[in-house]
Amino acid sequence: MSTAQAEAAGFVVPGRSRGIIDVFRFRYLLRLLVRKGILTRYHGSVLGWTWSYVKPAAQFLVFYFVFGIFLDLNRGIPAFPIYLFSGIIVINLFTEAFSNATKSIVDNAPLVKKIYLPRELFPAAAVIVAFVHFLPQLAILTVVCVFVGWIPTLVGIAGILTGALIIIVLATGLGLLFGAVNVSFRDAQNFVELILLFATWTSPVLYSWTMVRDVVEPWVLELYMLNPITSAVELFHEGFWAPLVDVSDRPPMLWLNAMLGLGLSLVLLFVGQLVFRRLEGRFAQDL
Amino acid sequence: MRKISSTQGDARIIVDGIGKTFVLRHTHSFKEAFIAVLRRKKISTVFKALDGVDFAVREGESVALLGFNGSGKSTLLKLISGVLKPDSGRVLTRGRVAGLIEVGAGFHPDLSGRENVFLNAAILGMSKREITERFDAIVEFSEIGEFIDTEVKHYSSGMFVRLAFSVAIHTELDILLVDEVLAVGDAPFREKCKAKIAELSSQGKTMLVVSHDIDMVTALCERGILLRHGNVVFDGEIDKAVSALRAQDV
Ligand SMILES: Nc1ncnc2c1ncn2[C@@H]1O[C@H](COP(=O)(O)OP(=O)(O)OP(=O)(O)O)[C@@H](O)[C@H]1O
Ligand SMILES: [Mg+2]
Repeated sequence: MSTAQAEAAGFVVPGRSRGIIDVFRFRYLLRLLVRKGILTRYHGSVLGWTWSYVKPAAQFLVFYFVFGIFLDLNRGIPAFPIYLFSGIIVINLFTEAFSNATKSIVDNAPLVKKIYLPRELFPAAAVIVAFVHFLPQLAILTVVCVFVGWIPTLVGIAGILTGALIIIVLATGLGLLFGAVNVSFRDAQNFVELILLFATWTSPVLYSWTMVRDVVEPWVLELYMLNPITSAVELFHEGFWAPLVDVSDRPPMLWLNAMLGLGLSLVLLFVGQLVFRRLEGRFAQDL
Repeated sequence: MRKISSTQGDARIIVDGIGKTFVLRHTHSFKEAFIAVLRRKKISTVFKALDGVDFAVREGESVALLGFNGSGKSTLLKLISGVLKPDSGRVLTRGRVAGLIEVGAGFHPDLSGRENVFLNAAILGMSKREITERFDAIVEFSEIGEFIDTEVKHYSSGMFVRLAFSVAIHTELDILLVDEVLAVGDAPFREKCKAKIAELSSQGKTMLVVSHDIDMVTALCERGILLRHGNVVFDGEIDKAVSALRAQDV
């Protein structure tokens, strides 16, 4: 009997997954995996999740004093602390999600080798844990903004949500890609660290996009603005920082670039999933 | 592809001409791979772990997989559970497969026994409702008692295995794949596990058991499949399979 006939008779081919779609079928397990990630993250530390507040606060202070005060990079950027922090948390989300997803398969080696599960669950859980970790930072930023008189606009909120979505999609796509390669070549996770190093500098986090505009060719600027991370950072600026200040120099075509960035992230998600499925068959034996 | 006779409609597991080769890579980084290519060194060797294995297991049958170390038993179970993919041939299963390839694979030492039961049961394919329903039975079988809310890293190794085994044995299943997991716990607990497996077998569950414990497999299984270097060399009554295994010694 052919495989199709056998399937009609109730047989299945074990270990055949439907890719990232399966993550939704295994919602309950995904929830437990996320819970595990959250519960064990600060296990054995006294301060626990307080670290999620302390670390970004320290990071913020360093950047603020070094770049804002000593190097005086805040020239022409009013409310620089808020400008800075709203960009930093975007980069933090990306860093956390992307590097956790990249390591997720190797970190779950005992499971991957012994029990069949849709393997996309691991990077997906890693990205969700990173997102949960991002929420306290978002909360701090919101509180600070409200404190200095922030009145959220509808467009601004839409910008924040779109920015977060771009980062999540991008990190998931890249995480699938590099997570799969990482099984056979651990170089992947070091390479990812390198990419993340660049991520902070190739988007307007520590400086303003106008500083880039003033020194580079127009086509380089185009490229710079097409970077999905640049779009996400600018969308966060749009949501949190722009309503507080009076600036005329906002990036042109912010939303068009954001949509292009989202599209590019979706393409990368598709490519990541494709590569992941290609390599997935070998995970259990190569780990 | 092999014709499957009409009697195999009631099969639970069909293993159809399965071959599995492992590529043993000798390089583990881009750099090593690159240097090996430059020096024209082999970056990999191939090893045939299973070669044209063919059999079917009917509903309600208990089958023992026998063979020496490295004969391919665990590889075969992993192919049936879907962890590994065959290079040639195909595997078909009907019904829910529970693989006890290694108990406790999904346990996290920093979580309590309770958290681990839920996590592990979900990993083995149970829904939230099923787990909640069976939670008490799982804890009772494991005899863990009040330690259930203690972190698993503070368990003795026997306690750990008891809980893990208890979760696995309580999953909803039609096909049970058991790989060496019975060599765990103390003697009374081992007896309890054997009794539980015998009970599942009498309920008409299909079973494929790998074990070096000859007494146990003769007690639990009626049929034995003997593997040698990735080939089936005997498939039939368990007593004859055991004699065939013993005959290999000499
Ligand atoms: N992931 C892998 N990569 C390379 N070789 C492997 C891999 N898994 C198994 N092998 C090889 O395949 C052969 C069969 O292994 P397997 O684990 O199936 O043996 P087994 O019959 O279960 O032995 P045992 O009785 O010791 O458990 C062994 O020679 C082993 O080295
Ligand atoms: Mg084995």
